[in-house]
Amino acid sequence: MTYSATAQPSYLQDTGGRTGLMAWIASTDHKRIGVLYLVSMLSFFSIGVGIGFVMRLVQLTTFQHLITAQTYNALFTVHGVVMIFLFVIPGLGAVFGNFFLPILIGAKDVAFPRLNLASWYFFMTGAILAILSLFTGGGAPDTGWTFYAPFSIKTGTNVSLAIFGATILGFSSMLTGINFITTIHRLRAPGMEWFRMPLMCWAVYSTSWVQILATPILAITLVLVILERFFGIGIFDPTKGGDPVLYQHLFWIYSHPAVYIMILPAMGAITEIIPTFARRTIFGYKAIAFSSLAIAGVGSLVWAHHMFTSGMSGFAQMLFSLLTMIVAVPSAIKVFNWVSTLYKGSIDFQPPLLFALTFIFLFCIGGLTGVMQGALAINVHVHDTYFIVGHFHYVMFGGTGFAFFAALLYWFPKMFGKMYSKKAIYASWFPMFIGFNMLYFGMLILGMMGMPRRYYVHLPQFHPMHVFATVGSWLLVLGLLIYFGTLLTALFKGEKAEDNPWGGVTLEWTIPSPPPLENFEEIPTITTGPYHYAEGKK
Amino acid sequence: MSEHAHRDDFGSKLGMWLFLVTEMVLFGGLFIAYSVMRHRYPAEFHHGGAELNATLAVINTLALLTSSLTVVMSIVATQRGEIKRAMALLGTTVGLGAVFLVIKSFEWAAKFHHGIYPSSAHLATLPPGEQVFFGLYFSITGLHGLHVIAGMGVLSWVLWMMARGRVRADRYIHLENSGLYWHLVDVIWIFLLPLFYLAS
Repeated sequence: MTYSATAQPSYLQDTGGRTGLMAWIASTDHKRIGVLYLVSMLSFFSIGVGIGFVMRLVQLTTFQHLITAQTYNALFTVHGVVMIFLFVIPGLGAVFGNFFLPILIGAKDVAFPRLNLASWYFFMTGAILAILSLFTGGGAPDTGWTFYAPFSIKTGTNVSLAIFGATILGFSSMLTGINFITTIHRLRAPGMEWFRMPLMCWAVYSTSWVQILATPILAITLVLVILERFFGIGIFDPTKGGDPVLYQHLFWIYSHPAVYIMILPAMGAITEIIPTFARRTIFGYKAIAFSSLAIAGVGSLVWAHHMFTSGMSGFAQMLFSLLTMIVAVPSAIKVFNWVSTLYKGSIDFQPPLLFALTFIFLFCIGGLTGVMQGALAINVHVHDTYFIVGHFHYVMFGGTGFAFFAALLYWFPKMFGKMYSKKAIYASWFPMFIGFNMLYFGMLILGMMGMPRRYYVHLPQFHPMHVFATVGSWLLVLGLLIYFGTLLTALFKGEKAEDNPWGGVTLEWTIPSPPPLENFEEIPTITTGPYHYAEGKK
Repeated sequence: MSEHAHRDDFGSKLGMWLFLVTEMVLFGGLFIAYSVMRHRYPAEFHHGGAELNATLAVINTLALLTSSLTVVMSIVATQRGEIKRAMALLGTTVGLGAVFLVIKSFEWAAKFHHGIYPSSAHLATLPPGEQVFFGLYFSITGLHGLHVIAGMGVLSWVLWMMARGRVRADRYIHLENSGLYWHLVDVIWIFLLPLFYLAS
């Protein structure tokens, strides 16, 4: 497909008559909203990284230094809240889902553009409230990001405001989910059948359902905590007949599916990247599409594996352990399909592929340690240790984080019309990858040795591994700095990117870089599957 | 940005239904809490339910059911182009919503008067199961009350749009969607009635 030489101006130039900041924060263009999310989320991400960096510094010694123990409690709480609610949950869905979902299905925008902008405002309001809670009231929350009752009810710190912020963030997530589902149902281009959609769309679609079905539970649970704090309604308070374990159930009924809100769009992006650089169609299209739905479905039934030590019947424990094992199957299906796609592909090795492969490697470690913990006997021993911390950083950071970096490298030329220095990106990968594994594999080992999570100081026998992990964190941060420095440089001084720098065949590569305001001059008519490379005929 | 020329009423309604799903799940969380606690304290829930005023609750149920009916009639009137009639019917709905709230406030006030409110001294003397019962009662009916207020706000906004001629026979999706929301508020109340007032 081609476009005429007198193409429309790009979305970056066409501001619809608004100027300055208003051109961004009052725009209902899905691409600009995607960029808004990108900028705000990366800002929050850098705060989260900074806090994590300080926490690692604290673990350099076995005695109290730098900050007090109470501050440490606040730091791991805020690190969790910022990273989870402000970075990985909106994650790839909010940035690349917003920017590319309409383009991938051949639409001009999402179904409800104004609601889309409102979602970003909800997101920012929630984020600002959560950050305000650090500096106001009784001090930064110290409950951990899980806000477990009864401590969250009793603590004098500013939990109410943080929780209120998280509730509002939930609304943002729900509204985005509603918007994306309606978009996929209603705005697919002519001929864009369900099984012709790029798999990113299936991932976003599955995620949106989880956002709709799980997030309200979090909202109501957090509202109950607020009511508990202000009025003492007693539902989670054992002295009034309530039950704190009920809080845990309600919390994880949302927060475990939330893990799939974080990872599914990441898997979707990886599924776009792999066929492009293997130059062949994806292996097992339907298996990947249905595995997304299966993850969304089964993932909603495993929440209590976070609570094996909280008090549950043995039967319930066995059931949840079994279900947890089952949810690994659709994830594994995806991994096998990615690898099979690469097999006998004509591989063009580029930075996005490197990060995508890194994702697969790190996600496998995260996933397999997850299956380990799904086993009851192991779980009871490693519960609340660094093993858990290492595991979920492999999944969330090694998984979603690296997929985010891969997706950003893949779509950056399209989004901003600039190409970055590939050499500098390769240079950032080495410290990032080595540092990451030193830091989090170190944590896995520490956990196996018995180091509990959330402790301010540690015993001498854990010390060498702590130092090892902290050095890893420095390398990791160094890699991140090079990575984002490279992209920032490219943004201002990069060479102009081609319209299709990677030789992709999905719809976004058929339009100019950066795309014009209305995406397509003429809504395309789709006649083939999404990955119709010459070699990969069906 | 670009004002989209195309209009997709089906899409709007789909979005509304999805939103209603989130609302149902929101209350679903509370119903889970209710089920767990009722299973644990059946006698106390029975006793707590006996202290609630079932007569007022039934009157309120009738008010809400009627108000849902008038929304539907308002939609039909709009389709026929009888905007004045439609506005009167929609106004009735908002009015019945207000009746519901007034009765509700009398009911709550009576409870407060008897010393039954969260963290009250009297409540603390009751067995734990009853404390939880009233905790749930105030949380759930309170949240439902907020939804009634929100629904009335949305319906009043539609009323204003009708007066301005922006809701009319060929364009009434706003009325339809806010009507759907109002039905949801109604349906949730239908569940609350047996769970609390008829529990004894």
